[in-house]
Amino acid sequence: MKKYKLLSLLVVLVLQLSVNSAWSGALDPFAGQKGTLKIAGGTAHIPVIKEAAKLIMTANPDIRITIAGGGSGVGIKQVGESIIDIGNSGRKPTEQEIGTYNLHPVKWGIDGVGVVVNPDNPVTALSTQQLQGIFAGTITSWKELGGKDRSINIYDRDAASGTRSVFWKKGLKKSEVSKKANVVVSNGAMKTAIANDPYGIGFVSVGHIDASVAPVSLDGVAPTLDNVKSGKYPVARGLYSCTKGEPSGLAALLFDFLHSPEGRKIVEEKGFISVE
Amino acid sequence: MGVLFQLAAYGCGLLTIAVLVMMFQLGRPLFVDGQFFSLLSQVWQPGQQLYGIYPMIIGSIRISFLALALSFPVSLGTAFLAAGLAPRPMQRWVLAMVRLMAGIPTVVYGFVAIFLLVPLVREHVSRGSGLNILTASLVLAVLIAPTMVVFFVNGLRGVDQSYCRATDALGATAVQRLLYLQLPQGWPTIVSGVIMGLGRAMGDTLVSLMVAGNSIGVPTSIVDSARTLTAHIALVIAADFASMEFASIFACGLVLYLFTMAVVIGLRMLVHLRTGSDR
Repeated sequence: MKKYKLLSLLVVLVLQLSVNSAWSGALDPFAGQKGTLKIAGGTAHIPVIKEAAKLIMTANPDIRITIAGGGSGVGIKQVGESIIDIGNSGRKPTEQEIGTYNLHPVKWGIDGVGVVVNPDNPVTALSTQQLQGIFAGTITSWKELGGKDRSINIYDRDAASGTRSVFWKKGLKKSEVSKKANVVVSNGAMKTAIANDPYGIGFVSVGHIDASVAPVSLDGVAPTLDNVKSGKYPVARGLYSCTKGEPSGLAALLFDFLHSPEGRKIVEEKGFISVE
Repeated sequence: MGVLFQLAAYGCGLLTIAVLVMMFQLGRPLFVDGQFFSLLSQVWQPGQQLYGIYPMIIGSIRISFLALALSFPVSLGTAFLAAGLAPRPMQRWVLAMVRLMAGIPTVVYGFVAIFLLVPLVREHVSRGSGLNILTASLVLAVLIAPTMVVFFVNGLRGVDQSYCRATDALGATAVQRLLYLQLPQGWPTIVSGVIMGLGRAMGDTLVSLMVAGNSIGVPTSIVDSARTLTAHIALVIAADFASMEFASIFACGLVLYLFTMAVVIGLRMLVHLRTGSDR
């Protein structure tokens, strides 16, 4: 009995070693490093950063990485005020922000912003004009779009959201958003809201689309990874991580990791397009 | 030793005033050119340079007062039970449950509401998204009930035992004792409970952020989505420090502060008027 126990322990150890060695190439630079890295901001980034942080912290327990949301605006502001080390942003920081805070944005992914409805909703395709009408509040019932005779519940994001700013600029073409729209605070909250509301419509980062919500084609183009990649789906943006001043230390290592083959694999696995 | 306690008390009191002074200080740009008062009546349309908080003031007031209106009768009834009408073991049980409720974090209430209450309201009451004033008020009513019940029970039980024995000796029933002795005598504490309850309902951010819908329109009915002042602060705090959006947050804070203060003073005066004359 004891022998088996020892053997299984050995097997586990060997397995663990082999798993570690699979990543060792990209994670090597983290060896011997120590310290904490505080990350906050864009909520679209979270799945990727979380996975990367998990691998890094498993490989080197001396490194602590904390991840928070808040929205792109929060990320930019907090990193600018030196409250955190890395501020994630789902939009390119403005010239003014870069100037006042001496920000260095690093782009490590491309993400689409897709319109989503509840999976029970028969409406799965809209034109830009219809989308504008819905969000402006002029199209008020799903019946007008071929759905049930129920009023449309619009879900919007808060002003600090990078997802929102891209959706508003490229999806809605800067048209008005109804005052009646409900406002939620993250990509995750948007997904929960739409998954729970059979008559809701909202928008999330393409990386967040799963079975709980149904993507809506815009002018005949579905918000899929392939369509974003080929440029056919126009509502897309870069995913940035910003540091105050040149990235250095752990932040620089994290960015290198996200651009390494292993890091890029994580980016792709989480539903985004990686960049060199 | 006594000096230490006194210092602590003064410190706490000063801190409250310091917060007010600081908010005035940080929101000063708003006062210098008299923008503060126009903010109170305008709507929120940052795209058109309108940073008014009028819809949020209305939202806050409607949600918190509706919550209080829903919660007050239930809390008072519960307190009646726990302070005299129920048999002893049940009194203990009720109070234990109430204390347990008081310890549940607000986010739990909000979360449960999203999955249980919101679909119910959507299908049977409003036809809209289910995220509206009514839903938020219902959740807040549950949230503030324990605070109020504990105060009410303390007020009702705090009546001098000799009075209670006197009413019993006169042949009063438990209900009569409650209505004619304990309720009038415990009035000041009951008002304190109402103030605490209203304060919690006004100050709560998470529940209204999660279930009130946060729309920026002025709510016209109780099934309209609305944004409270607190939720507005939480949503806008991410804006650029130098922006007008950010400055308007201080207007929100001030309105919340002054409004709560006005309610507290108003209710206290009411108590004073009632009890001051016969004491």
